[in-house]
Amino acid sequence: MKRRMFFGSLATLAAGVAVVGLTGCGERPQVIEYKQGKYQGKPYDEPWKGKQWNDSRQDWSVAIDTRAQGQNEYKRIK
Amino acid sequence: MARMKFLCDVSRCIECNGCVTACKNENDVPWGVNRRRVVTINDGVPGERSVSVACMHCSDAPCAAVCPVDCFVRTEDGVVLHDKDLCIGCGYCFYACPFGAPQFPQQGAFGVRGKMDKCTFCAGGPGPDNEDRVKKYGRDRLAEGKLPLCAEMCATKALLAGDGEVVANIYRERVFNRGKGAEVWGWGTAYGPPGAKAEPPAQGAKS
Repeated sequence: MKRRMFFGSLATLAAGVAVVGLTGCGERPQVIEYKQGKYQGKPYDEPWKGKQWNDSRQDWSVAIDTRAQGQNEYKRIK
Repeated sequence: MARMKFLCDVSRCIECNGCVTACKNENDVPWGVNRRRVVTINDGVPGERSVSVACMHCSDAPCAAVCPVDCFVRTEDGVVLHDKDLCIGCGYCFYACPFGAPQFPQQGAFGVRGKMDKCTFCAGGPGPDNEDRVKKYGRDRLAEGKLPLCAEMCATKALLAGDGEVVANIYRERVFNRGKGAEVWGWGTAYGPPGAKAEPPAQGAKS
């Protein structure tokens, strides 16, 4: 009887160790999932988004192009 | 659609490194990192040429293609940016870039490679507009309607920045006006065409 109980508890213990051990083998995702070829970072606010340009891309483009023309001395100096 | 580009006129660049200094100062770039640098070919011999190089904001950027964590983004106006919070500092982008634009801060006793840093076309970076973003990426001049400071600071206007089409037109007009060959540099340009007589200075005029 005692022997049977001993082997019973031993088997339970072995099963428990096996379950705990197998849990350790499990592979859980530890990093964020990357989607191939797609930007994964934080969103970027386009320069025309904001109070200064009132979300008007046209206004911003005109301002940038006008500023770029300042690099052209043939127009700037005339 | 605007595509922001740099163009360096090698005939005008005088290797003053003003663009490098302006960039470092404006964006508070850490020691050892050069977002822009001036490369000189045939230094000290006739035919010497200098060109200011930084990220060229490629339309099909190889750095973005090789990045294992996909931290690169090409904005609607054609600026290539990256998220430093995602970057793992692997250095693949450095090997892929034909211009050597990606830079890695090397700090500490063993020169630990940090997160990549590169030219942002003075467009800041991804994320909310706050002090942290300025610290990571530098100033967002584009949102203020200004061009990158390196180009705006260039004394000889060798370095041009802006929409690709506008910049190309400026360069085309410049090349057309300055001519070619001996017309560009030389005696004729400095002292007038052959046969021209020098006028004596006016009375009382300073020479």
